[in-house]
Amino acid sequence: MRGAGRSNSTDPDRTVCMTNCPTLIVTVGLPARGKTYISKKLTRYLNWIGVPTKEFNVGQYRRECVKIYKSFEFFRPDNEEGLKIRKQCASAALNDVRQYLTEEGGQVAVFDATNTTRERRETINRFAEQNGFKVFFVESVCEDPDVIAENIVQVKLGSPDYTHCNTEQAVEDFMKRIKCYENSYQPLDEVLDRELSFIKIIDVGRRYLVNQVQDHIQSRIVYYLMNIHITPRSIYLCRHGESELNVRGRIGGDSGLTARGKEFARCLGQFMHKQGISDLKVWTSQMKRTIQTAEALGVPYEQWKALNEIDAGVCEELMYEEIQQRYPLEFALRDQDKYRYRYPKGESYEDLVQRLEPVIMELERQENVLVICHQAVMRCLLAYFLDKTAEELPYLKCPLHSVLKLTPVAYGCKVERISLKVEAVNTHRERPENVNVHRTAEDALQTVPAHL
Amino acid sequence: MIVMVGLPARGKTYISKKLTRYLNWIGVPTQVFNLGQYRREAVKSYKNYEFFRPDNEEAMNIRRACALNALKDIANYFAKEQGQVAVFDATNTTRERRGVIISFAKEKGYKVFFIESICDDPEIIEANIMEVKVSSPDYENCDKEEALEDFLKRIECYKTTYVSLDDESDRHLSYIKIFNVGSRYLVNRVQDHIQSRIVYYLMNIHVTPRSIYLSRHGESELNLLGRIGGDSGLSSQGKKYASTLSEFIRDQAIKDLKVWTSHMKRTIQTAEALGVAYEQWKALNEIDAGVCEEMTYEEIQENYPEEFAMRDQDKYRYRYPKGESYEDLVHRLEPVIMELERQENVLVICHQAVMRCLLAYFLDKSADELPYLKCPLHTVLRLTPVAYGCKIEPFYLNIKAVNTHREKPVVSQRTFNSIADHQFQQLISMVYLFSRMWM
Repeated sequence: MRGAGRSNSTDPDRTVCMTNCPTLIVTVGLPARGKTYISKKLTRYLNWIGVPTKEFNVGQYRRECVKIYKSFEFFRPDNEEGLKIRKQCASAALNDVRQYLTEEGGQVAVFDATNTTRERRETINRFAEQNGFKVFFVESVCEDPDVIAENIVQVKLGSPDYTHCNTEQAVEDFMKRIKCYENSYQPLDEVLDRELSFIKIIDVGRRYLVNQVQDHIQSRIVYYLMNIHITPRSIYLCRHGESELNVRGRIGGDSGLTARGKEFARCLGQFMHKQGISDLKVWTSQMKRTIQTAEALGVPYEQWKALNEIDAGVCEELMYEEIQQRYPLEFALRDQDKYRYRYPKGESYEDLVQRLEPVIMELERQENVLVICHQAVMRCLLAYFLDKTAEELPYLKCPLHSVLKLTPVAYGCKVERISLKVEAVNTHRERPENVNVHRTAEDALQTVPAHL
Repeated sequence: MIVMVGLPARGKTYISKKLTRYLNWIGVPTQVFNLGQYRREAVKSYKNYEFFRPDNEEAMNIRRACALNALKDIANYFAKEQGQVAVFDATNTTRERRGVIISFAKEKGYKVFFIESICDDPEIIEANIMEVKVSSPDYENCDKEEALEDFLKRIECYKTTYVSLDDESDRHLSYIKIFNVGSRYLVNRVQDHIQSRIVYYLMNIHVTPRSIYLSRHGESELNLLGRIGGDSGLSSQGKKYASTLSEFIRDQAIKDLKVWTSHMKRTIQTAEALGVAYEQWKALNEIDAGVCEEMTYEEIQENYPEEFAMRDQDKYRYRYPKGESYEDLVHRLEPVIMELERQENVLVICHQAVMRCLLAYFLDKSADELPYLKCPLHTVLRLTPVAYGCKIEPFYLNIKAVNTHREKPVVSQRTFNSIADHQFQQLISMVYLFSRMWM
């Protein structure tokens, strides 16, 4: 069983045993109700917290099968050939789901399709039962024509199905497509479906109906879904201004800003002011360097202990050269698996992700936020928004004196990197070529950035 | 303002008290205002269910007056006592009554969140009544049968005028409807962070009978040396405890027991002796004593006398330099508590400060009491939810161990003053010296 008796664990540091039973999340809803948006976002979140998750979009299987999309007629309920192909595609997708969950180490699969009939859902239930998967339905119900129209504009017009149409034709065709589903749509019902586990999201989160949550992972999924929203907003991520320890090439610690760092703080204040955001929230860690940076903005800010830099334990305030000298083995082990490696008496990136989860949850709830944090912390947050893997995460470039503006768009996040033109030392250390524990000091220190 | 809604015996008071306990533990000052208590103050002795008949005008007046008194006290709690959340625990089953509350809140600028508990399972209702109603002050002079009968008639009085929160007419209100003790929830218009946390909490608690066992690791090598923190292994007594614990657990014959430890050697070694699968939680690690790690109290006094005194002044909020405070601990233990609520039978093998935090949650201890709760080595505490609280049974497993409990010293204020005095003296001497230098 996970976690039993391993003190120097290379296993993911799960705080809770996410049940040995794989989970199949099944979306339900008419087209343009945000099913794919929810699927992708949920998948990104679950992977970030360490639960291997993958989405299976039936629309994609259909596009593989039927190379060219002609019109909405394919989706007419009396189009027998269309129905046959669509059923085949669903089966193919379920087959891949089975493979992912039983052979590829997946824990959660998100089956993204309309699944609007009770019959189709029954098929899926039987499939899950045969394979020992738990099922959790996520239904999105929305009748607000503005929201639906906006959906269509954001994600449908750019779909491969409509590359050869103009906007008006695409919208018209898509509306007719939705109509094809409406007649046979059987929403999840409080009474008829009372034995099923599901959440019904009504009007983009105004209301939720939650039924028979079975276990921890479903409870987390429900909590997450109830905290996300689609109100347009931007998240600004940046590090503190250059610090005294930064210039001396030392990691961690709790030093103040250098003169250049203070200059950055001033520029940051000007930049944020120019962005002209109403109701901007500003968050910092509890370390001097982020607080001093925020002070220069002259607006109220909130301190989060969870945003503190990664604790380097015995290596706190050392230079990389000193780490190589005193702890050459640890240094090499870190380069071998930077995500999971935990500093003696310190933390790992994996630990960081876990302590940052409440920050992410609150970021989802909020609207415009500026987060002033630290290199490792910023990498973790960025990996969440940009869907980076555990391998990529510890090497994401987060230079000093740069602001990243993240704006949710379509199914992902637009990133704008703004460098505030104040010089700073480079603190990014690439993975060296030689990560062997017996390597020379020279090989180990090959990628250390310059410092005083 | 959190406003409960529901017929009698639907668990409103249970939810009110539990939620209040949770919010206070995570640092949100919360208080319950139970209308039944106001009514008992106003009408000294309860005769029978006739008081609650909808056509009993005199009683209606009294009940209305009580409600207004309660609302007044809530206003006072927010304005003068720095309360942040008030839980108004009453049936609030009519639209009219809820309207009064909403107007009141609007006038004062309070947010309102309704929690409605709906249950039509007669078994659950009867179990409720037997557990908490028959022993209520209202029924002191009755036997169980009479009490049950009267209470059921009381419920009938409310049923005729009961209007549940409605999907359509109440769509602008913020609320959660809990159906049949959590099999289903309807959540409408969550406004902010605290409401979101409340919803999450309510969706994770359950009433299935179970027990939680709390224990520290067996005595460790550093314990023997009187040193705090660190990551040492078990002493020989500690190992004895581990195997005795294993026997104890086996004798308890607990169904589906989950075992949790921290990431530190001493808890892991203790769990290993049980011979069952266990789960490691980093969040269960002992409080980080920062610069004081692995020191004895004598060494701390010698090297950091000021810090030592400041800690005694406010042990809950005091943070070790480069370490943590009890307050930080509570924050990092919150996911553990949430998962404990979801689970059934669990044995948690942890550490002194951690165990104090967990215990304070279950026994509703204040921040001032928390850091001084007695959690001796080699003792298992069994917590079993009962009625509105928790029954606690200590089991000392009869394996000798050192005592690691340090009471709040009586002289702490004087010591601090004498240190401050000492520093002041030094400052005076330095000023004198400098002034001499300038001459």
